[in-house]
Amino acid sequence: MSSPSNKTRRTIILTALATAVHASALRSAGAEEDPPGSDLRPQKADVLVFAEGDHEGEVIKPDDLKPGGPPVRAWPKDPKTSVVRKASRLNEVVIVKLDPAELDDDTRPRSADGIVAYSAICSHAGCPITAWMKAAQGDKEVLKCMCHNSEFDPRQGAQVVFGPAPRRLAALPLVIADGSLTIAGPFIGKIGAQQGG
Amino acid sequence: MTMKQWLLPGLLASTCLFSIACSAGPIENYSPVTSDRLKNPEPGNWMLYRRTYDGQGFSPLKEINTSNVKDMRPVWTFSTGVVEGHEAPPIVNNGIMFITTPMGQVIALNAKTGDEYWRYKRQLPDDLFQLHPTNRGVGLWQDKLYLATTDDHVVALDAKTGKVLWDTKVQDYRKGQYLTLMPLVVDGKVIVGGSGGELGVRGYVVAFDADTGKELWRTFTIPGPGEPGHETWTGDDWKSGGGSAWMTGNYDPETKTIYWGVGNAAPWPGDSHPGDNLYTTSVLALDPDNGKIKTHFQYHPNDSWDWDEVDAPMLVDLQRDGRTFKSLIHPGRNAIFWVLERKPDKINYVAGWPFVHTDVWKGVEAETGKPIVDPAHKPVMGKRVEFCPSLWGGKDWPSAAYSQNTKLVYVPANENFCGGFTGEKVPLVAGQLWLGTKPEDIGLKVRPGATHFGELQAWDPATGKKVWSHNFPKSQLFGSVTVTAGDLVLVGGTNDRMFRAFHAKTGELLWEQKTNSGIMGMPIAYEVDGTEYIAVQSGWGVDAQRIQDALATQNNVGIENNVPQGGVVWVFAVKK
Repeated sequence: MSSPSNKTRRTIILTALATAVHASALRSAGAEEDPPGSDLRPQKADVLVFAEGDHEGEVIKPDDLKPGGPPVRAWPKDPKTSVVRKASRLNEVVIVKLDPAELDDDTRPRSADGIVAYSAICSHAGCPITAWMKAAQGDKEVLKCMCHNSEFDPRQGAQVVFGPAPRRLAALPLVIADGSLTIAGPFIGKIGAQQGG
Repeated sequence: MTMKQWLLPGLLASTCLFSIACSAGPIENYSPVTSDRLKNPEPGNWMLYRRTYDGQGFSPLKEINTSNVKDMRPVWTFSTGVVEGHEAPPIVNNGIMFITTPMGQVIALNAKTGDEYWRYKRQLPDDLFQLHPTNRGVGLWQDKLYLATTDDHVVALDAKTGKVLWDTKVQDYRKGQYLTLMPLVVDGKVIVGGSGGELGVRGYVVAFDADTGKELWRTFTIPGPGEPGHETWTGDDWKSGGGSAWMTGNYDPETKTIYWGVGNAAPWPGDSHPGDNLYTTSVLALDPDNGKIKTHFQYHPNDSWDWDEVDAPMLVDLQRDGRTFKSLIHPGRNAIFWVLERKPDKINYVAGWPFVHTDVWKGVEAETGKPIVDPAHKPVMGKRVEFCPSLWGGKDWPSAAYSQNTKLVYVPANENFCGGFTGEKVPLVAGQLWLGTKPEDIGLKVRPGATHFGELQAWDPATGKKVWSHNFPKSQLFGSVTVTAGDLVLVGGTNDRMFRAFHAKTGELLWEQKTNSGIMGMPIAYEVDGTEYIAVQSGWGVDAQRIQDALATQNNVGIENNVPQGGVVWVFAVKK
């Protein structure tokens, strides 16, 4: 069947899609063997670790992120038990470092030095958020789901700026503690896709 | 009246406050569905995906016709409460209408009044990843309904109450397996095909016992080691080669043969899976008793364009070249209008011609029916390749129709769209997108000088001549076609939210009605108490929306992305 379209808005690609979601698939296959706590939602004081790439599993520090993006995909990790909470794809987050002056008044308090974190699961049909592209309407880069073209502005609480998504991405408040990106509280907003009917 | 009698109505009313299945039901006097009724449906009913097993999408009703359709008006509507693409035909059995919506919802309605009897809502898992969040209808058998769900279950419901009778898991949705089609019911077997061709799956068709949900047989559309056709694959490519069977098959009761359309090969670039790749982009002839593949026809080998051919061919007794034969007719996503001959053990190529512009094919081999490819327009790894028509093809999954009156085939075609992508090696992760290119790298281009996009076409399959066409200058055409004995061709599919009726013989636009959203759903005709009704679901989304997204960002096309979403059942009749 058909697939996502539209090349004209393409600028920077966050990452190859299959690579981006590699970790989330692995946790599905071994879900029954996941350690206790790995399917809990992100907890206050959890740190964030890279979900992919050469540094997969390593704790993310603010200097690991390039200002202005591209975003990085991450899992929460319990620093006490070292359990990475990747037993549910609903725990995957995407983080991006932005100019704090660009953030709106709701978003700025949840950020850490301009770094914001959101659920990586699109609120429309549950596809992964994988792209960092120029907005369909406007010239700023936005988080994008390539399945159905929904776009979210990370500067404004990931509100929907294009496409069929019915609501913003859930936000994950951050602080910097001991030099690492640390979760300051639970998700704000509903994680995952809409339910019909 | 006893105390118990006093209390009972109040108790029931209270229960209804919390129930999702008690609006006006249960249904009384339900008409059980038998094999005979499915083989020879009453003219006023629509109990199969295309009304009849032959897949023609033809209604014998003619109370509404070319003379009076101008007086057709909405008589009731019903909001489904769901957004996204509503692709299912309303299914009607003697005054009871069953509709399905995205997210696995079934609603039973009074087909005359629109009053709700009951509603079933599938509770989908929170972590479900849906590329095509839709549903194409319920199958009927006896007093049961069958729903295929996007979390990859088949569910049997009591037609009178909506109560779940059995629920069978088919495969694991976390591995990219999901279901979007209307189940085909043949002699007590509920037959479905799997979706998920972009997610690293191996396609299949599977049958369940209608009474128990027990699996009876499963046939993979990509043959494994030792099975005929396996030699057309290289190495382990067969394990994840695509070949999804997204759509309901058609059925020939005389020969007891099901004809099922099979999807594209995966990943897309053909040089990443060398070989002809049976049975991708094919029609399979299956024995419904055991799932055995009797024969097949492959529309094009080594698919490289995402041109699945999942819309099953129509079964038509055709007069052509001085003889009458049992044909299969399929306007393909690959832009070729196919006329084939079906025999018990063989499908023969008869004719094939392009029905929209294509630069991919140089012709069709007369002996084999194999299209001759221009390699300059065949996607490969490591290089950007452009091709026409676009990835959505000349006609995607929305179905064509055949009129037993006019002997014409009506095709929802798209013209002047081209596309392209760069083939790229992508690691396979079951359950995640696996296209062989970056999704961001897929393009839709309008051909220079294009004057229109959507085309409703009328073709004479006996001569290969186009009899008429209606062009849409500012819209794609992405909706199934239905034709009636009243010589009305009914179709939505455009971005202006219109539902239209055309004269089947001339192509004249006779009637149109703007609806709440865009129409991807399949129109139907039915009858209750001597009155003919036309019904369709309006609800834009999925691929129609994706094309719209692409058009809206094309320079100099002037098409806005402003089609609202939200599902509504529309029912029309002629004012008396």
